[in-house]
Amino acid sequence: MAKGILGTKVGMTQIFDAEGLMIPVTVVSCEPNVVLQKKTVENDGYESLQLGFKDKREKLANKAELGHFAKSNSSPKRYLKEIAGKELSNFEVGQEIRVNIFEEGEIVDVTGTSKGKGFQGNIKRHNQGRGPMAHGSRYHRRPGSMGPVDPNHVRKGKKLPGHMGVNTVTIQNLEVVKVDVDRNLLLIKGSIPGPRKGLVVVKRGVKTASIEPLDPNSFIETQEEVANQAEEAQE
Amino acid sequence: MSQQLIKDITAEYRKEDLPTFNSGDNVKVSVRIKEGNRERIQVFEGLVIQKQGGGVSETFTVRKVSYGIGIERTFPVHSPSIESIQVVRRGKVRRAKLHYIRGLSAKQSRIKERR
Repeated sequence: MAKGILGTKVGMTQIFDAEGLMIPVTVVSCEPNVVLQKKTVENDGYESLQLGFKDKREKLANKAELGHFAKSNSSPKRYLKEIAGKELSNFEVGQEIRVNIFEEGEIVDVTGTSKGKGFQGNIKRHNQGRGPMAHGSRYHRRPGSMGPVDPNHVRKGKKLPGHMGVNTVTIQNLEVVKVDVDRNLLLIKGSIPGPRKGLVVVKRGVKTASIEPLDPNSFIETQEEVANQAEEAQE
Repeated sequence: MSQQLIKDITAEYRKEDLPTFNSGDNVKVSVRIKEGNRERIQVFEGLVIQKQGGGVSETFTVRKVSYGIGIERTFPVHSPSIESIQVVRRGKVRRAKLHYIRGLSAKQSRIKERR
Protein backbone atom coordinates (compact mmCIF):
# COMPACT_ATOMS: atom_id res chain seq x y z
CA MET A 1 0.00 0.00 0.00
CA ALA A 2 2.07 2.82 -1.21
CA LYS A 3 2.36 5.54 -3.74
CA GLY A 4 3.90 4.41 -7.00
CA ILE A 5 4.57 5.23 -10.61
CA LEU A 6 5.24 3.24 -13.79
CA GLY A 7 8.35 3.82 -15.85
CA THR A 8 10.88 2.29 -18.19
CA LYS A 9 14.51 1.59 -17.47
CA VAL A 10 16.81 3.78 -19.53
CA GLY A 11 20.20 2.54 -18.38
CA MET A 12 22.88 3.04 -15.79
CA THR A 13 25.45 5.75 -15.26
CA GLN A 14 27.32 7.48 -12.45
CA ILE A 15 26.94 10.86 -10.80
CA PHE A 16 28.81 12.66 -8.04
CA ASP A 17 27.23 13.71 -4.75
CA ALA A 18 27.95 16.90 -2.81
CA GLU A 19 30.93 15.32 -1.07
CA GLY A 20 32.49 14.26 -4.35
CA LEU A 21 31.65 10.57 -3.98
CA MET A 22 30.69 8.64 -7.07
CA ILE A 23 27.21 7.10 -6.95
CA PRO A 24 26.05 4.43 -9.42
CA VAL A 25 22.52 5.26 -10.59
CA THR A 26 19.88 3.74 -12.81
CA VAL A 27 17.86 6.16 -14.88
CA VAL A 28 14.11 5.47 -14.95
CA SER A 29 11.99 7.41 -17.40
CA CYS A 30 8.46 7.99 -16.02
CA GLU A 31 6.33 9.90 -18.45
CA PRO A 32 3.25 11.21 -16.62
CA ASN A 33 0.97 8.34 -15.62
CA VAL A 34 -2.74 8.92 -16.16
CA VAL A 35 -5.33 7.74 -13.66
CA LEU A 36 -7.64 5.68 -15.87
CA GLN A 37 -9.95 4.22 -13.26
CA LYS A 38 -10.57 4.49 -9.57
CA LYS A 39 -11.64 1.31 -7.84
CA THR A 40 -13.75 1.83 -4.76
CA VAL A 41 -14.94 -0.37 -1.91
CA GLU A 42 -18.60 0.15 -2.91
CA ASN A 43 -18.04 -0.80 -6.52
CA ASP A 44 -15.15 -3.23 -6.55
CA GLY A 45 -14.66 -4.33 -2.94
CA TYR A 46 -11.24 -2.70 -2.62
CA GLU A 47 -9.53 0.60 -3.24
CA SER A 48 -6.88 1.23 -5.84
CA LEU A 49 -5.95 3.35 -8.83
CA GLN A 50 -5.47 2.07 -12.36
CA LEU A 51 -2.60 3.89 -14.00
CA GLY A 52 -1.87 4.07 -17.72
CA PHE A 53 1.65 4.61 -18.98
CA LYS A 54 3.20 5.23 -22.38
CA ASP A 55 1.12 6.18 -25.41
CA LYS A 56 0.40 3.68 -28.12
CA ARG A 57 -1.08 4.13 -31.56
CA GLU A 58 -4.86 4.29 -31.67
CA LYS A 59 -4.78 1.49 -34.23
CA LEU A 60 -3.36 -0.86 -31.63
CA ALA A 61 -6.26 -0.42 -29.25
CA ASN A 62 -9.51 -2.29 -29.78
CA LYS A 63 -12.95 -0.79 -29.41
CA ALA A 64 -13.44 -1.86 -25.81
CA GLU A 65 -10.10 -0.39 -24.82
CA LEU A 66 -10.84 2.87 -26.61
CA GLY A 67 -14.07 3.13 -24.64
CA HIS A 68 -12.16 2.64 -21.42
CA PHE A 69 -9.59 5.32 -22.32
CA ALA A 70 -12.34 7.70 -23.39
CA LYS A 71 -13.76 7.67 -19.85
CA SER A 72 -10.64 9.43 -18.62
CA ASN A 73 -10.10 11.52 -21.78
CA SER A 74 -6.74 9.86 -22.21
CA SER A 75 -4.86 8.70 -25.29
CA PRO A 76 -4.51 4.89 -25.61
CA LYS A 77 -1.88 3.59 -23.21
CA ARG A 78 0.37 0.58 -23.62
CA TYR A 79 0.76 -0.42 -19.98
CA LEU A 80 -2.04 -0.46 -17.41
CA LYS A 81 -1.36 -1.30 -13.79
CA GLU A 82 -3.22 -0.97 -10.54
CA ILE A 83 -1.50 0.71 -7.64
CA ALA A 84 -3.20 0.48 -4.27
CA GLY A 85 -2.07 3.39 -2.19
CA LYS A 86 -4.04 5.57 0.16
CA GLU A 87 -1.30 8.14 -0.35
CA LEU A 88 -2.66 8.66 -3.86
CA SER A 89 -6.35 8.29 -2.97
CA ASN A 90 -7.19 11.94 -3.63
CA PHE A 91 -6.24 11.71 -7.28
CA GLU A 92 -9.23 11.63 -9.60
CA VAL A 93 -9.77 9.92 -12.94
CA GLY A 94 -7.98 11.74 -15.75
CA GLN A 95 -5.35 13.37 -13.54
CA GLU A 96 -1.66 12.82 -14.10
CA ILE A 97 0.82 11.34 -11.64
CA ARG A 98 4.34 12.61 -12.11
CA VAL A 99 7.77 11.87 -10.70
CA ASN A 100 7.37 14.65 -8.14
CA ILE A 101 5.41 12.31 -5.88
CA PHE A 102 8.89 11.19 -4.83
CA GLU A 103 11.52 13.26 -3.09
CA GLU A 104 15.27 13.05 -3.23
CA GLY A 105 16.58 10.72 -0.56
CA GLU A 106 13.37 8.70 -0.33
CA ILE A 107 13.57 4.89 -0.08
CA VAL A 108 11.73 2.96 -2.81
CA ASP A 109 11.13 -0.58 -4.00
CA VAL A 110 11.49 -1.28 -7.72
CA THR A 111 9.69 -4.17 -9.44
CA GLY A 112 10.55 -5.38 -12.91
CA THR A 113 10.88 -8.49 -15.07
CA SER A 114 14.39 -9.89 -14.94
CA LYS A 115 16.43 -10.56 -18.08
CA GLY A 116 15.87 -13.97 -19.69
CA LYS A 117 18.79 -16.38 -19.43
CA GLY A 118 17.34 -19.36 -21.35
CA PHE A 119 17.88 -22.98 -20.24
CA GLN A 120 20.62 -22.97 -17.61
CA GLY A 121 22.38 -25.59 -15.53
CA ASN A 122 22.46 -25.81 -11.77
CA ILE A 123 25.64 -23.86 -11.23
CA LYS A 124 24.30 -20.70 -12.80
CA ARG A 125 20.64 -21.24 -11.90
CA HIS A 126 20.93 -22.25 -8.25
CA ASN A 127 24.40 -21.00 -7.34
CA GLN A 128 25.70 -24.53 -6.79
CA GLY A 129 29.38 -25.38 -6.93
CA ARG A 130 31.06 -27.77 -9.30
CA GLY A 131 33.00 -30.98 -8.76
CA PRO A 132 36.74 -31.35 -9.40
CA MET A 133 37.59 -30.94 -13.08
CA ALA A 134 40.54 -33.35 -13.01
CA HIS A 135 42.00 -36.43 -11.24
CA GLY A 136 39.35 -38.62 -12.89
CA SER A 137 36.48 -37.26 -10.83
CA ARG A 138 34.01 -37.64 -13.72
CA TYR A 139 31.69 -35.28 -11.87
CA HIS A 140 31.95 -31.77 -13.24
CA ARG A 141 28.83 -29.62 -13.41
CA ARG A 142 26.04 -32.04 -12.49
CA PRO A 143 23.04 -31.35 -10.24
CA GLY A 144 23.79 -34.02 -7.59
CA SER A 145 21.98 -37.08 -6.29
CA MET A 146 18.44 -37.93 -7.41
CA GLY A 147 17.79 -40.05 -4.29
CA PRO A 148 18.99 -43.47 -5.52
CA VAL A 149 18.16 -46.17 -2.92
CA ASP A 150 16.64 -44.90 0.29
CA PRO A 151 13.92 -42.55 -0.93
CA ASN A 152 14.08 -44.26 -4.34
CA HIS A 153 12.51 -41.21 -5.95
CA VAL A 154 13.43 -37.62 -6.64
CA ARG A 155 12.63 -35.44 -3.64
CA LYS A 156 10.15 -32.66 -4.17
CA GLY A 157 11.82 -29.32 -4.83
CA LYS A 158 15.05 -30.91 -6.07
CA LYS A 159 17.09 -28.20 -7.74
CA LEU A 160 17.53 -29.08 -11.41
CA PRO A 161 18.48 -27.31 -14.63
CA GLY A 162 15.77 -25.42 -16.45
CA HIS A 163 14.58 -22.06 -17.63
CA MET A 164 16.12 -19.11 -15.86
CA GLY A 165 15.18 -15.45 -15.81
CA VAL A 166 12.02 -13.62 -16.93
CA ASN A 167 10.80 -13.57 -13.34
CA THR A 168 9.09 -10.75 -11.54
CA VAL A 169 11.79 -9.39 -9.27
CA THR A 170 11.48 -6.68 -6.63
CA ILE A 171 14.52 -4.95 -5.23
CA GLN A 172 13.81 -3.24 -1.94
CA ASN A 173 15.30 -0.23 -0.18
CA LEU A 174 16.79 1.66 -3.10
CA GLU A 175 17.41 5.35 -2.68
CA VAL A 176 16.03 8.03 -4.98
CA VAL A 177 19.10 10.12 -5.70
CA LYS A 178 17.51 12.69 -7.95
CA VAL A 179 14.09 13.67 -9.26
CA ASP A 180 14.14 15.42 -12.63
CA VAL A 181 10.65 16.87 -13.11
CA ASP A 182 11.43 18.55 -16.44
CA ARG A 183 12.60 15.38 -18.11
CA ASN A 184 10.28 13.06 -16.08
CA LEU A 185 13.22 11.07 -14.76
CA LEU A 186 14.06 9.31 -11.53
CA LEU A 187 17.68 8.50 -10.71
CA ILE A 188 17.74 5.50 -8.40
CA LYS A 189 20.86 4.37 -6.60
CA GLY A 190 22.09 0.93 -7.68
CA SER A 191 20.77 -1.49 -10.26
CA ILE A 192 17.16 -2.46 -10.96
CA PRO A 193 15.74 -5.61 -12.58
CA GLY A 194 15.15 -6.05 -16.29
CA PRO A 195 16.54 -5.00 -19.64
CA ARG A 196 16.69 -1.46 -20.97
CA LYS A 197 13.25 -0.23 -22.08
CA GLY A 198 11.72 -2.77 -19.66
CA LEU A 199 8.66 -1.77 -17.65
CA VAL A 200 9.33 -1.12 -13.97
CA VAL A 201 7.12 -0.07 -11.07
CA VAL A 202 8.66 2.30 -8.55
CA LYS A 203 6.88 2.25 -5.19
CA ARG A 204 7.51 3.73 -1.78
CA GLY A 205 9.59 1.17 0.13
CA VAL A 206 7.49 -1.21 2.23
CA LYS A 207 10.21 -1.34 4.86
CA THR A 208 10.47 2.40 5.32
CA ALA A 209 9.39 3.60 8.74
CA SER A 210 5.68 4.30 8.80
CA ILE A 211 5.10 7.38 6.70
CA GLU A 212 2.38 9.85 7.58
CA PRO A 213 -0.29 9.56 4.92
CA LEU A 214 0.81 12.28 2.54
CA ASP A 215 -1.62 14.94 1.43
CA PRO A 216 -2.10 14.20 -2.24
CA ASN A 217 -3.63 17.66 -2.72
CA SER A 218 -0.20 19.14 -2.49
CA PHE A 219 0.92 17.04 -5.44
CA ILE A 220 -2.10 18.10 -7.43
CA GLU A 221 -1.25 21.69 -6.61
CA THR A 222 2.31 21.23 -7.69
CA GLN A 223 1.00 19.83 -10.94
CA GLU A 224 -1.02 23.00 -11.46
CA GLU A 225 2.02 25.04 -10.56
CA VAL A 226 4.00 23.13 -13.15
CA ALA A 227 1.30 23.86 -15.70
CA ASN A 228 1.28 27.53 -14.72
CA GLN A 229 5.02 27.69 -15.02
CA ALA A 230 4.82 26.12 -18.45
CA GLU A 231 2.25 28.71 -19.50
CA GLU A 232 4.40 31.51 -18.17
CA ALA A 233 7.36 30.13 -20.01
CA GLN A 234 5.33 30.12 -23.21
CA GLU A 235 4.25 33.71 -22.67
CA MET B 1 18.25 7.78 -27.98
CA SER B 2 18.57 6.53 -24.43
CA GLN B 3 22.34 6.98 -24.60
CA GLN B 4 21.79 10.60 -25.59
CA LEU B 5 19.47 11.02 -22.60
CA ILE B 6 22.13 9.64 -20.26
CA LYS B 7 24.66 12.04 -21.76
CA ASP B 8 22.30 14.93 -21.10
CA ILE B 9 21.77 13.89 -17.49
CA THR B 10 25.46 13.57 -16.74
CA ALA B 11 26.41 16.75 -18.62
CA GLU B 12 26.06 18.87 -15.49
CA TYR B 13 28.52 16.66 -13.62
CA ARG B 14 31.19 16.87 -16.29
CA LYS B 15 34.07 19.33 -16.25
CA GLU B 16 34.71 21.28 -19.41
CA ASP B 17 37.99 22.97 -18.54
CA LEU B 18 40.18 19.88 -18.47
CA PRO B 19 43.63 19.83 -20.06
CA THR B 20 44.14 17.18 -22.73
CA PHE B 21 46.51 14.52 -21.50
CA ASN B 22 47.26 10.94 -22.45
CA SER B 23 49.08 7.92 -21.18
CA GLY B 24 52.79 8.58 -21.14
CA ASP B 25 52.35 12.12 -19.81
CA ASN B 26 53.52 13.23 -16.38
CA VAL B 27 50.76 15.04 -14.48
CA LYS B 28 50.26 16.83 -11.18
CA VAL B 29 46.87 15.99 -9.67
CA SER B 30 45.62 18.24 -6.86
CA VAL B 31 43.20 16.32 -4.69
CA ARG B 32 40.95 17.82 -2.02
CA ILE B 33 41.23 15.89 1.23
CA LYS B 34 38.84 16.33 4.13
CA GLU B 35 40.18 15.93 7.65
CA GLY B 36 37.31 16.50 10.02
CA ASN B 37 36.22 20.04 9.22
CA ARG B 38 39.46 21.10 7.61
CA GLU B 39 40.03 20.72 3.92
CA ARG B 40 43.46 20.66 2.36
CA ILE B 41 44.92 19.92 -1.04
CA GLN B 42 47.32 17.09 -1.67
CA VAL B 43 49.36 16.83 -4.86
CA PHE B 44 49.95 13.48 -6.49
CA GLU B 45 52.52 13.66 -9.27
CA GLY B 46 53.41 10.84 -11.59
CA LEU B 47 53.06 9.11 -14.93
CA VAL B 48 49.65 8.45 -16.49
CA ILE B 49 49.68 4.75 -17.28
CA GLN B 50 46.09 4.36 -18.46
CA LYS B 51 42.87 6.16 -19.26
CA GLN B 52 39.70 4.15 -19.05
CA GLY B 53 35.98 4.63 -19.65
CA GLY B 54 34.11 7.48 -21.25
CA GLY B 55 31.77 10.31 -20.42
CA VAL B 56 31.31 11.08 -16.76
CA SER B 57 32.71 7.66 -15.80
CA GLU B 58 36.15 8.28 -17.29
CA THR B 59 39.10 7.50 -15.01
CA PHE B 60 42.88 7.66 -15.26
CA THR B 61 45.65 5.94 -13.32
CA VAL B 62 48.77 7.74 -12.17
CA ARG B 63 51.91 5.86 -11.13
CA LYS B 64 54.78 7.24 -9.12
CA VAL B 65 57.71 5.66 -7.32
CA SER B 66 57.96 6.76 -3.72
CA TYR B 67 60.99 5.63 -1.64
CA GLY B 68 61.51 2.75 -4.04
CA ILE B 69 57.93 1.55 -3.88
CA GLY B 70 55.62 1.97 -6.85
CA ILE B 71 52.29 3.63 -6.03
CA GLU B 72 49.35 3.74 -8.42
CA ARG B 73 46.26 5.77 -7.86
CA THR B 74 43.13 5.90 -10.01
CA PHE B 75 41.10 9.11 -10.20
CA PRO B 76 37.74 9.82 -11.81
CA VAL B 77 38.44 12.58 -14.32
CA HIS B 78 35.26 14.51 -13.51
CA SER B 79 35.32 14.05 -9.73
CA PRO B 80 34.62 17.26 -7.79
CA SER B 81 37.30 16.26 -5.29
CA ILE B 82 39.94 16.81 -7.96
CA GLU B 83 40.94 20.44 -7.76
CA SER B 84 43.08 20.52 -10.90
CA ILE B 85 45.10 18.42 -13.30
CA GLN B 86 48.34 19.90 -14.58
CA VAL B 87 50.42 18.39 -17.36
CA VAL B 88 54.10 18.57 -16.44
CA ARG B 89 55.65 16.71 -19.36
CA ARG B 90 54.31 15.03 -22.48
CA GLY B 91 55.75 11.61 -23.16
CA LYS B 92 56.18 9.74 -26.41
CA VAL B 93 54.73 6.22 -26.09
CA ARG B 94 53.35 3.66 -28.54
CA ARG B 95 50.73 2.10 -26.26
CA ALA B 96 47.56 3.32 -24.59
CA LYS B 97 48.12 1.17 -21.48
CA LEU B 98 51.59 1.30 -19.97
CA HIS B 99 51.35 -1.61 -17.52
CA TYR B 100 54.68 -2.92 -18.83
CA ILE B 101 56.38 -0.10 -16.97
CA ARG B 102 55.72 -1.82 -13.64
CA GLY B 103 58.25 -4.52 -14.34
CA LEU B 104 61.02 -2.24 -15.53
CA SER B 105 63.88 -0.66 -13.61
CA ALA B 106 63.95 3.09 -13.18
CA LYS B 107 66.51 3.46 -15.95
CA GLN B 108 64.52 1.35 -18.39
CA SER B 109 61.22 3.01 -17.63
CA ARG B 110 62.33 6.42 -18.86
CA ILE B 111 60.01 7.82 -21.50
CA LYS B 112 61.16 10.18 -24.25
CA GLU B 113 59.62 13.60 -24.31
CA ARG B 114 57.23 14.43 -27.12
CA ARG B 115 58.00 17.65 -28.92
